[in-house]
Amino acid sequence: MNKKTLETSAPWILLVLTLLIWQGICSFFNVSEFIFPSPYRIAQQTIEFSDVIAAHAWRTYWVTMAGFGLAIVVGVLLGFVIGSSRLAYAAVYPLMTAFNALPKAAFVPILVVWFGIGIGPAILTAFLISFFPIMVNIATGLATLEPELEDVLRVLGAKRWDVLVKVGLPRSMPYFYGSLKVAITLAFVGTTVSEMTAANEGIGYLLISAGSAMQMGLAFSGLVVVGAMAMVMYELFSYVEKHTTAWAHRGTNNE
Amino acid sequence: MSTPNFVDFQNVWLAYNDELLAQNHFAVEDINLQVKQGEFIAIVGPSGCGKSTFMKLTTGLKKPSKGQIMVDGQPVTGPLKISGMAFQAPSLLPWRTTLDNVLLPLEIVEPFRSQFKQRKPEFVERARKLLHTVGLGGYEDKFPWQLSGGMQQRASICRALIHEPKMLLLDEPFGALDAFTREELWCILRDLWTEQKFNVILVTHDLRESVFLADTVYVMSKSPGRFVVKREIDLPRPRDLEVTYTPEFTSIVHDLRGHIGAIRKAGAVINQ
Repeated sequence: MNKKTLETSAPWILLVLTLLIWQGICSFFNVSEFIFPSPYRIAQQTIEFSDVIAAHAWRTYWVTMAGFGLAIVVGVLLGFVIGSSRLAYAAVYPLMTAFNALPKAAFVPILVVWFGIGIGPAILTAFLISFFPIMVNIATGLATLEPELEDVLRVLGAKRWDVLVKVGLPRSMPYFYGSLKVAITLAFVGTTVSEMTAANEGIGYLLISAGSAMQMGLAFSGLVVVGAMAMVMYELFSYVEKHTTAWAHRGTNNE
Repeated sequence: MSTPNFVDFQNVWLAYNDELLAQNHFAVEDINLQVKQGEFIAIVGPSGCGKSTFMKLTTGLKKPSKGQIMVDGQPVTGPLKISGMAFQAPSLLPWRTTLDNVLLPLEIVEPFRSQFKQRKPEFVERARKLLHTVGLGGYEDKFPWQLSGGMQQRASICRALIHEPKMLLLDEPFGALDAFTREELWCILRDLWTEQKFNVILVTHDLRESVFLADTVYVMSKSPGRFVVKREIDLPRPRDLEVTYTPEFTSIVHDLRGHIGAIRKAGAVINQ
């Protein structure tokens, strides 16, 4: 096996190994499935309840994507404002940092009061947790613009807006795609956490109800499904990033 | 022309901020400079003597604290639209191909800007032709990182010239290149200038470069940045690279070198 194929298959090999060891421990020590279900049992229950899981997963997926979409819009706009004006940067950044330090799960009860049980709190939690990295990355991309590149346009009599559109934005694209990869995984965390207390549908709700019914295999299936969805979305953005901003990754995939 | 001088600096002083101004600490002092239409001037001096500051004044990126600057009969109040500029670093945008980089000024400067969409094929043709004259034919669709340093600098010069500016400002554009590439680019610049007769202000620390290319060489002193020597280069044109090996050429370079040496010594005495 050459180096390249080894690299691409490494995560799968590690996954299989982990599952084997996990299964081995469960079978060998005869661990009760109410404490810690084996991979085999989880797979069994996943198939058994596949309709239910699929319905909840779909709900979690679209709620997350709605929150994430909102996060992209708000994050890009805020990042653009902060990154293009030093005054706005100085004013907004410290407050945003303080806001980001708050645990987003703590917002869920407040959101329930405002929007009731259902998709409202879930979408907003996903949004609150994921817009920050997008905003910071856009702002950083714009604020760290090399003065030389700016001068190239300024000697031509370019306005601030020209500089932002022709140089600032294209230059912050790699930062933007990088932040999407981080933000999408956070958005799934936000949705799931919110659904655990403030929804009657979704993977978060499934986790809580499976747990209280002692269906540990089902609860673990829920976790696996969230993880898988987040991973697929991460890979998708990673692919988009590589194919749209190749100039920033020339070390790895260019001639 | 409304005035005989294309560029006219009258007693120009610049301090970088109000604090330095209050302390009478100027980056450049008492600059007087008259450049004729189509003249090629070079400014040489030790590093840190305010050459780049001088460039910023000429392009309008900085406003003088005292004195007045006129370019093309107009007082300079903001960035000029009739100039093209190339820097020591090529500063090409990495997400644009060479061709798109060269087209950039046409997307910014009027009247090209408003016609960019309709006249794009014509502009592209013009950019290709210009790239061809500097030996970059066939590299139009490459990205900057796929080009060598010398090629990037050629593209950068094309970008400075694509909108047919009346004035070309070059801030040590060949400083980072090897000796052979540098001489090759001297000739390219010489040919472009001979053909189009735009004004050139070349800032450099290479005396041979200044003498080979310019009509007039100004020597600038360090802190305070002032012009201390003005030297007309009366070597016949067109100049060939061979000229750089003639005794006349060498004696001019040697003479200028003497002035720079004197400045450095004087500076050292003041510093102690």
